[in-house]
Amino acid sequence: MAPVTDVRELELDLDAFEGPFDLLLTLLLKEELEPAEIDMAAIVVAFVEHLAERNELDLEACGEFLVLIAALLELKARALFPDEEAELAELEPEEAAEELARRLAEYRRMKEAAGWLAERLAGERDRYFRVGPAPIAPRPERRLAPQDPHQLAATLRLLAEPPPQVSLAHMSLRFPPVSQFLERFRAVLRRRRRFDFDAEVGSLSRVDQAVAFLALLELRKTGEIALEQAAPFSPIRVSRPDDERGSEWIARSA
Amino acid sequence: MDRPLRLITANPVDQLARTIEALLVVASAPLSVEELAQAANDDPERIELALGLLSDRFREGRSGIVLEHVAGGYAYRASREAAEACERLFERPVERGLSQAALETLSIVAYLGPCSRPEIARIRGVAADSAVAGLLERGLIAEAGRDDGPGGAVRYRTTPLFERVFGLESAAALPRLDDLGETAADIRERLHSVAVGKTA
Repeated sequence: MAPVTDVRELELDLDAFEGPFDLLLTLLLKEELEPAEIDMAAIVVAFVEHLAERNELDLEACGEFLVLIAALLELKARALFPDEEAELAELEPEEAAEELARRLAEYRRMKEAAGWLAERLAGERDRYFRVGPAPIAPRPERRLAPQDPHQLAATLRLLAEPPPQVSLAHMSLRFPPVSQFLERFRAVLRRRRRFDFDAEVGSLSRVDQAVAFLALLELRKTGEIALEQAAPFSPIRVSRPDDERGSEWIARSA
Repeated sequence: MDRPLRLITANPVDQLARTIEALLVVASAPLSVEELAQAANDDPERIELALGLLSDRFREGRSGIVLEHVAGGYAYRASREAAEACERLFERPVERGLSQAALETLSIVAYLGPCSRPEIARIRGVAADSAVAGLLERGLIAEAGRDDGPGGAVRYRTTPLFERVFGLESAAALPRLDDLGETAADIRERLHSVAVGKTA
């Protein structure tokens, strides 16, 4: 037997929706309406009013309505409190009842406060005042601590002082001419067949040693000397190019 | 006729009162005693004396302009007897069409603010998005930071305009929350009695 009251045709007039109940259900299931936007209590009130009009208790319709509205409530609760599910699931029935009562009381107080505000608003309806942006921008606040002019002068003097001369002494390296060492090495080789480079320049400065090395390379390039070094960083032996061992070395390095 | 009105000539804060009148006319929001003292470059106690003088001069039944203590400061408004004329001149967009949902949301922000939309939704059991948007548009609430942590929800608080629209001297003029509605214990008792009645 069909229910006397067709729950699905119940006409609703809510803030977020206006139309038959089954359309609301369809929109919710298609996720075209947010369950959180729907005032469930208003649906219950509409149904109860509808029942009252009929003046007879239709148990079948009530049952169907209860099932539907319970499902909707669960849907809405899940949408509203996604994180609280686990937290609330751990509550004992007694604690859950306590929590429910606490939340209801909180909402009730806010509802009363809203009522107070509505009354207040009605009482203040005849208070007119100007609302708008400030016609004059507020003066920016510029508060400085009391200042001492002498301190300012001293600070300025300090800034006006020319900075100390930066020493460039370390940059003025003086290189002796390469030719000086060319002559020197040629003279040594005239006296001796071979000599040890490290021993020859050991007493000189680093810069002089570097220039002496350049002279050595120069002499090697022109073929005036032959060079020999047993291993990296070991002493460099300088000899006349006609020296037998020196020739071997030249041949090996060619 | 350059001489000032005899009414306030006799008062030692007469000159200061005139300065305050001028300041209140140029300000569109209520000015506190401290703000007036700073702008008038005078002593706060003397400012209060001058405000007393002005409150008497600009009061209902005596002047079309009324000096009121509202939203933590002093401001002029139209006298109530001129309300009808004012209503013909312009609408009151700020308060017009404040729904029950908006008033409940406003209460929550006024009492618990700064609070976020999820907090409001938790208390009301309905998403607060449209109510919050409406209140923001009316200037009754404003953003006030975010919840802690990355991506925290925006928090809201009521504005001085809220206090002005509702004629509150300050937020402290709201009734105490404890005095409103039933307590959790009352509600538990009522739930219990309903449950017992059903099973009986």
